[in-house]
Amino acid sequence: MCGIVGLFLKDRSLEPELGSMLLHMLEAMNERGPDSAGFAVYSQEKPGFIKMTLRAPAGADFAALAADLGAQIDEVVPVRSIATHAVMEVPAEHWPRARALLAQRVPEIAIVGEGTRMEVFKEVGRPSDVGARFALLHMVGSHAIGHTRMATESAVTTDGAHPYSTGIDQCLVHNGSLSNHNAVRRELRREGMEFATDNDTEVAAAYLTHRMRQGDDLASALERSLRDLDGFYTFVVGTKDGFGVLRDPIACKPAVMAETERYVAFGSEYRTLVDLPNIGAAHVWEPLPSKVYFWSHAS
Amino acid sequence: MSASVAALDAELDASPPVLLDLEQQSLRAINAALHSIGEDATQRRWRIVNPRGRHAVAVGLNAPVTVEILGHVGYYCAGMNQRARVIIHGNAGVGVAENMMSGLVHVQGDASQAAGATGCGGMLVIDGNASARCGISMKGIDIVVKGSVGHMSAFMAQAGTFTVLGNAGESLGDSIYEAHLYVRGAVTSFGADCVHKKMTDFHKEELLSKLKAAGIAGQVDIGEFKRYGSARQLYHFHVDNAWSY
Repeated sequence: MCGIVGLFLKDRSLEPELGSMLLHMLEAMNERGPDSAGFAVYSQEKPGFIKMTLRAPAGADFAALAADLGAQIDEVVPVRSIATHAVMEVPAEHWPRARALLAQRVPEIAIVGEGTRMEVFKEVGRPSDVGARFALLHMVGSHAIGHTRMATESAVTTDGAHPYSTGIDQCLVHNGSLSNHNAVRRELRREGMEFATDNDTEVAAAYLTHRMRQGDDLASALERSLRDLDGFYTFVVGTKDGFGVLRDPIACKPAVMAETERYVAFGSEYRTLVDLPNIGAAHVWEPLPSKVYFWSHAS
Repeated sequence: MSASVAALDAELDASPPVLLDLEQQSLRAINAALHSIGEDATQRRWRIVNPRGRHAVAVGLNAPVTVEILGHVGYYCAGMNQRARVIIHGNAGVGVAENMMSGLVHVQGDASQAAGATGCGGMLVIDGNASARCGISMKGIDIVVKGSVGHMSAFMAQAGTFTVLGNAGESLGDSIYEAHLYVRGAVTSFGADCVHKKMTDFHKEELLSKLKAAGIAGQVDIGEFKRYGSARQLYHFHVDNAWSY
């Protein structure tokens, strides 16, 4: 099963409410994915910095870690801890070094996502609890995607939770299962892509990142995935400026969208959308199979 | 189907409904209330408000009553319906009116996948579009879709009629048995063993009767419809193929 949601705000005045809107959407998907949950929020950019969302075993001292990292690169590294995660803001020019230092000095710390705007949070647990743990209610941003997981293709672990991020400001949530993920993973490894898990969705995320590194835009990368990825899927993809939706040609996995003048929303079921502002007046429709949908703010 | 939708609407205007609020009562309590309606009940009109996309609203009804639902519903709304008339003032999720036995289910918006799946009788009217697999494995239900239907519609359709005023998506009528398909618009492609068939007087009459029952006779020209059905090459045993078994 699994539940996926996405929210893209056209009306900037709604941005302070992004977190509460997404939280309600995720909570409505508790039953579709009671194992784990996660979400990516695209918030204000801080020019010249990369936000690294990190995850550590319970009890980790992120402030000490940031101080240590700061001493190594001779900069102050602001850090914000939220439960098992922390968002560290690293000056862009020191970012590759910061990655290397983290891998070397604290290998138990996982990088969940990296971006100029994107922050990613995911954990094992009931979606409403996961949302509360990360204080999603108060998060602010222009768009967000989320996922509630009922595991099929890999274990119930935080590593198995979505979203998967394999590139700067790029992430993916998935409802379904891919049948050729092992073969595609092998090919992508040959192309230099790295994988943290055995999860099929991570392969889809890496595939899109790889295609975009080859010069595709998101729409053409998604188009091409119709040819190269086999299985059942509804994907919701987040990028720095927007979000996209794609369903496989058979379209077994459910999807519904709503659009008003103020926002575009995606949900696995209409239940996820019922608390959005003025939903009664929204244009509500089921996205077509094999058709790429994409909304973005002009960058 | 005896009463047309128009006649039903007139009847509805005449009697006040009992209000059932899904924000105030549980789905289970509301469905139980509808299941307990006796044969001699005088209250024949019910109205459900605040469905908020919930699943299994008004399933398993078996009484000659009218249930209106104000808003969008989730999966399997009005499934297994017998005799009741269920009118959804909104969109319906996956499997609306699945396995219906008799009665009428009328979706005034769009329907998601597998609308009317395995239906044995009664009529399903969808004012908007239906997505993939509409009428899959239908076994006697009459389905009228005023918009278009998605891919794999009428898959393995065994009996009943399937009328589409708009277009039909890929693989219409794949592995079809004896259901009658009437499509006014374009068909993207046909599934295995589904072919164009001659529209005889019998079929014109049948189509007209279904349009009448759906309350739209006279609004569309039956001459614009084409009939599709089984070539009967797939499900009949053919002695020349004996070596294949």
